[in-house]
Amino acid sequence: MGNFEVINSRASRIDSPAKATGSALYVDDIKMPGMLYGAMLQSPVAHARIKSIDVSAAARLPGVKAVVTAKEAGLVKFGVSPARYDETLFCHDKVRHHGDNVAAVAAVDLETAMHALSLIQVDYEELPVLITIEEATAEGAPLVHDGYPRNICAEIHQEFGNVKEAFKECDLIKTTTFVNKRQDAAFIEPQGCIAHFDIFGNLTLYSSTQSVHYVQRTVAMVLGLPIGKVRVVKPYVGAGFGPKAAANHLEPAACLLSMKTGKPVKMNFEREQVFMHSRGRHQFFHKFTTGVKKDGTIMGLDHECYLNGGAYTSFGIGTVYYAGSLLGGPYKLRNMKYDGYRVYTNLPACGAQRGHGGVAARAGWEQQLDMIAEELGMDPFDLRQKNMLVAGDVTCNGLKISSFGMPECLEAVRSGSDWKSKKGKLPRGKGIGMACGFFESGAGYPSYPSDTYHDTVLVKLAEDGGSALVLSASAEIGQGSDTALAMIVAEGLGIPLEMVRVQSGDTDFGVDLGAHSSRQTLMTGHAAKEAAEDARRQVIEVLSEELKTSAQDMDIKNGVVKFKMEKPDFTPLRTRYIKEHRGWLDNPATDDELSFREASRIAFLSRGTIVGKGKYKPPVPGGSSKGATVGTSPAYGCSAQVVELSVDEETGKITIEQMTDAHDCGLAINRTSVEAQMQGSFSMGLGEALFEEVKFDSKGRLINGDLAEYKIPSCLDMPKIKSIIVESNEPNGPYGAKEVGEGAIMPTIPAILNAVYDAVGVRIYELPMTPERICTAIKEYKEKRIDAEYEDQSKRNRAGSSIRLYD
Amino acid sequence: MAAKLVQLTINDKEYDIAVQANETLVDVLRYRLGLTGTKKGCGQGDCGSCTVIMDGNTVNSCLVLAVQANGSRITTIEGLESEEGLHPVQKAFIEHGAIQCGFCSSGMILSAKNLLDKNPKPTEGEIRSALSGNLCRCTGYQKIVEAVQSIAK
Repeated sequence: MGNFEVINSRASRIDSPAKATGSALYVDDIKMPGMLYGAMLQSPVAHARIKSIDVSAAARLPGVKAVVTAKEAGLVKFGVSPARYDETLFCHDKVRHHGDNVAAVAAVDLETAMHALSLIQVDYEELPVLITIEEATAEGAPLVHDGYPRNICAEIHQEFGNVKEAFKECDLIKTTTFVNKRQDAAFIEPQGCIAHFDIFGNLTLYSSTQSVHYVQRTVAMVLGLPIGKVRVVKPYVGAGFGPKAAANHLEPAACLLSMKTGKPVKMNFEREQVFMHSRGRHQFFHKFTTGVKKDGTIMGLDHECYLNGGAYTSFGIGTVYYAGSLLGGPYKLRNMKYDGYRVYTNLPACGAQRGHGGVAARAGWEQQLDMIAEELGMDPFDLRQKNMLVAGDVTCNGLKISSFGMPECLEAVRSGSDWKSKKGKLPRGKGIGMACGFFESGAGYPSYPSDTYHDTVLVKLAEDGGSALVLSASAEIGQGSDTALAMIVAEGLGIPLEMVRVQSGDTDFGVDLGAHSSRQTLMTGHAAKEAAEDARRQVIEVLSEELKTSAQDMDIKNGVVKFKMEKPDFTPLRTRYIKEHRGWLDNPATDDELSFREASRIAFLSRGTIVGKGKYKPPVPGGSSKGATVGTSPAYGCSAQVVELSVDEETGKITIEQMTDAHDCGLAINRTSVEAQMQGSFSMGLGEALFEEVKFDSKGRLINGDLAEYKIPSCLDMPKIKSIIVESNEPNGPYGAKEVGEGAIMPTIPAILNAVYDAVGVRIYELPMTPERICTAIKEYKEKRIDAEYEDQSKRNRAGSSIRLYD
Repeated sequence: MAAKLVQLTINDKEYDIAVQANETLVDVLRYRLGLTGTKKGCGQGDCGSCTVIMDGNTVNSCLVLAVQANGSRITTIEGLESEEGLHPVQKAFIEHGAIQCGFCSSGMILSAKNLLDKNPKPTEGEIRSALSGNLCRCTGYQKIVEAVQSIAK
């Protein structure tokens, strides 16, 4: 690693003082003069034809300023991927899930708006409700959307290499299944927004979003406004984890209500609406058949997956691709076949959540690899090490691995957890397990087909010298991107971090696809570095002209101009600076070095405002087969985790006791933030593994839409985490940086699964691992063991797994 | 609904304010008094982001009616900073990277402060227990616990 002045350190986050004092403004903290309050009318049933909507009584209610339905909103279809624009702002012909949007009201206060909603009369003709994949794909089932027979929203068939042929060379072929449950992102700040359509026809939307760019495009398209008239601003955001990366219905609805009334309109989701409308983790049904040789060489994977997508597509096309493609690493998988199906049902739509598409696949498959290792008599580490990709490899599905610190990750968690002295040696009820993970550093393509730059950044030097302002449309949502960008710009300009300010999350500042697919540090980071270097170049050029010194012989470091050769006489420049700052108390001393402050002031005097420009677009990724572009990225992060836990065999309760995590993030821009992402990822994985499940009744109605019945990990559920940063220096990353935000969740669930097996000998094929599920599995395991002993069988036969040797 | 006059002492400042019978403390703080540092994440006492200290105890201010708080002394996040600067818990949260999205931070910091006021040297278990009513989806709690431990020494 190079010698850096600013990055690769433990900087305090630039946004934390505002957050620690409560002065940081989130969208619901903003109030505008004359502001109205909006509310959405949402369907009480999961599937019904709309026969009529009568809003007259609501519109007559004193205090109501506007009532809108599909009649006013129009029927422009939108979504995430243009190939599946399948939503309208309001339902017009039918509702497709409990909570589907039917109308919206703006009133002088929220109470009046809610009262008005209760006065809207909607006549529904109920239709059969499709909850499960089996129901939705059954012959003769009603269609959620016309034109998608058997309710198949998307179908993927890929084969890289030839799995059937590869299996002929295998000594062991194993098939297992795995199913997770729908997970909610459970960010603590519900989505909300304020729209203001002013008298000049300019629309400004403040929203709790992960991507101002995508929201700007969606709102402009849905409402038929010129994109230049729509500005989207992201205030502080209380996290997102994926679902906030797409526009939600509040955004265009608030905009429409503001256009109708000419007043600012605020709309918020209640917590229950977050469960209904933020498109979190799908439920995946996986079936993996893996073939290996006796020596542990993985020859091929035949993978089938069904996704319960809910009523709309949202990110689902990407999800169903990712569920397959992300298994292309971190192992040398020579042959891979994937058949993926995303199915429409009458549940609220699912979308993208941390580890998009890959988390359940990773969990199920890493568990299977653990089983294979055991059957081959190999240590799970050794099996993985044997098959590990190395930098320079291209996976069978075309993912180019440019840096890969996996050997270091494995070694770090193996020694860090004292694996050798624990594996197979812990008393019954205590277990240790490991798994690996792999994730992209930003998607290779935007969600709509385009040659757009993915990120642009401006670095504007203060005209009076002394500071740099970073302008970017990127999204600080809590992950620390503002701080990472400030650090990158400080490093690129050669000035201390304290001299950099960041304004981000505003479409007025440029294009940025936002915070998703673990892209901000690498992609916006590239643009920020380029912009900083561009600004620095301009300053040095002016100095070169003024001082008659070659630009190559000058550098800026730590806020000071460094001269590589003999120091020229810069007194005239200093004199000019001081002359303009008579009476100032902090003018540079005469014998000091030439400061950046003076240099940037001189540059302004010569050229006007100095603005450095940066942009980034990933290199055109490879991928030969249809859809193989999903998963392509300039770089891949990788990780390994070891989990130690105990299982109470009486109650079935799992207690996670210790966790050791190593993640290769390329170069850590901010080490504290990298660890924070690793620890937060683990907590989300732990929740999904042990207790998180969004539940619906037989009519498709949400039954646990709150944070008491839908439990996420509390402080008491989390073990001590040992976080180890591995740095591989990624050639395609700014200063060698790559992702950490999502890859870190990948090994968590399978490491827990494998540790549970180590503790009590049961394999779990369905999440979450509730006490009930664990008790049942232990009971079945004990009964089977008794049977097996009775029949004098030496091999244990476990439910959910089948083993056959290929003849 | 008839308004009722209540007297609240918030961050050492007295307020006489007419509230509706069904108005919650969090709504009064946020929307009437502009003390938006107190966050509202669920409105039903599950997430803890609206935590304030009321008469020496942490409460979910979304579960307290403003009329119930009549006569109480309340500390919100805005009341922690003093002339000497940030409160040690605020400083520790900043220094240890215990803040990510920040939405839980106000409540979390107040829970930590209240713990330390009552128990200046809590064990890790006592810290985790005291913070268990404040949900955080970002941090995995580790850096939060470390921040509190750093001043509990």
